[in-house]
Amino acid sequence: MAEPLVVLEGVTKSFGTEVVTQVLHGIDLEILPAEFTALVGPSGSGKSTLLNLLGLLDRPTTGRILLAGRDTTGLTDDERSAFRGKTLGFVFQFHHLLPEFTALENVMMPMLAAKGREGKGMRERALSLLEEIGLADRADYRATKLSGGQQQRVAIARALVLEPPLVLADEPTGNLDTESGDQVFELLHRVSAEHRTAFLVVTHDERIAARCDRVLTMVDGRIRSDERNAKT
Amino acid sequence: MPFEVFVALRFLKEGRTQTYLILSGIGVGVGVIVFLSALIGGLQKSLIERTLGTQAHVVVRAPEDVVRSVAEPQAGLAVAPRLEKPAQRLRSIVGWPQTLDLLRALPDVRAAAPTVSGAAFALRGLANRSVALRGVEPSSYRQIIDMAPRVIAGEFRVDGTNAVLGHELASDLGVSVGDKVRIETPAGRSEVILVAGIFDVGIKDLNERWVFVSLRAAQTLLDLAGGISTIELKVDEIFAAERVAGEITARTGLQADSWMKLNQQLLVGLRSQSASSWMIQFFVVVAVALGIASVLVVSVVQKSREIGILKAMGTRTGQIVRIFLVQGAVLGLAGSLVGIAIGTGLSYFFASLATNPDGTATFPVNVSAGLFLGATAVATITGLVAAVAPARRAASLDPADVIRYG
Repeated sequence: MAEPLVVLEGVTKSFGTEVVTQVLHGIDLEILPAEFTALVGPSGSGKSTLLNLLGLLDRPTTGRILLAGRDTTGLTDDERSAFRGKTLGFVFQFHHLLPEFTALENVMMPMLAAKGREGKGMRERALSLLEEIGLADRADYRATKLSGGQQQRVAIARALVLEPPLVLADEPTGNLDTESGDQVFELLHRVSAEHRTAFLVVTHDERIAARCDRVLTMVDGRIRSDERNAKT
Repeated sequence: MPFEVFVALRFLKEGRTQTYLILSGIGVGVGVIVFLSALIGGLQKSLIERTLGTQAHVVVRAPEDVVRSVAEPQAGLAVAPRLEKPAQRLRSIVGWPQTLDLLRALPDVRAAAPTVSGAAFALRGLANRSVALRGVEPSSYRQIIDMAPRVIAGEFRVDGTNAVLGHELASDLGVSVGDKVRIETPAGRSEVILVAGIFDVGIKDLNERWVFVSLRAAQTLLDLAGGISTIELKVDEIFAAERVAGEITARTGLQADSWMKLNQQLLVGLRSQSASSWMIQFFVVVAVALGIASVLVVSVVQKSREIGILKAMGTRTGQIVRIFLVQGAVLGLAGSLVGIAIGTGLSYFFASLATNPDGTATFPVNVSAGLFLGATAVATITGLVAAVAPARRAASLDPADVIRYG
């Protein structure tokens, strides 16, 4: 069995100082490289909190998170930012592209932030990803001029541009119609296989969960079930 | 292009209305600064030029006569000396050719001219006027005060018996070029001079009193054979005149007066004018800074989602800070260019409103590259400083919050 990409050990998270609300209770979890995992559960079960912790956007109250073999507990904010840029890609529900920039610039943005300026081959790399998601002809369109499904596909290309081993997707099909949603999901599945990238997809959609390699179900801040689907 | 500049410029470009509004605001502010500086600078320059147009920067003369008590203190005898201040007579600077060479060799001195000045009467027929006789060498005096362009009739010729006098005196005496005038001095000497030229320096008192003659003629008339009464100097930096005068007194023991000492009222006026102008400019800078800061604060709030996305993609805190600092600096820089255009246009328009008979502006403006550079630097630094608080606010945004509540 391969070395796990993500390891969570006894992770808890509480919010508030006077009235303490514990959102996560002792989560232990391992995610393998290139694994395509769905995270399901009712609202308020702690899915988004878990995703933020995994995304290094927030810190656990107790417990450890190891990403790509590295303990993230003691990192400073800037180290977390840099590490996040290298290791993680994000796809958000509201496809969060930067509206001031074109599709191509949005895809290039993580490379620009990491290197500090445009370097050789960045543009080509972003273009080839846009081609892969079928939007090469929209490269110079402003983000706001694209449809919801197209924006979400651009967001996926952006998440992949630095070849992160893990992409976190928070309801990536949540506000798309069924057809666009299916297209986006197909794309996620395809790039996961082609780029050997692990995906953790938060979703409410049972149909989508059923098509993932593995389904984690959360209830009340605990992982209730962890099932592996038969490979389709 | 650095990532921060790329993002900052795009943010500014996309926030069109806000960007244009604040650019106009900075433009008006910088315009006021440029206009005010150009106007005050121009006025002061022309005031000083006008004052120094008829004055040497430093005038060196022999020290005043002093009287010392001759009574020797004696034992058992109280001496109560009463010293009477002597009447000052016209005296020559002792060893003036050497002194002149010494003064010319001083590093700050640009030119020096020996002159003989004294009181005299100008007579013609029944008219007589008290005048100030000024004996000069045309070649050296031209470097101190250039009279040639102010001559309105004849030419500036002072040799032999040729003399040049002011046009008010000429009309008082009823003379024109080619006429003769008798000059008498308290020393009892008298000489007939020939009017070779008539000047107008724009100051009535001087037009009525100055009579230029040759050095030799003045020496004879004032009974100062071979001597000179004053050495007039021009220095490189006009505001160094007082210091140069002090040095000359210290080195030669002669009395040296700078134009600054002789025109203290003017200097006090100029100084308070500058002070009020600085004050206005300071408050304009404060207003511009507040304007930039408030636009950027609004922009941070509007762009909190984008900032969150940038952070989630691995943008570091320092980079976020710089994105907003660059926006402030770019606003200041671009606004200052607008302001320089406004201020320069306003200055020249104002200068063209009123002109003197000779075509020069009544309100001259002093627009210079230095002023532009100064205004640009002030506006850019103001923009940068004004952006600090908004930038820190942007940097402190929590990406998790932003993304969760998008």
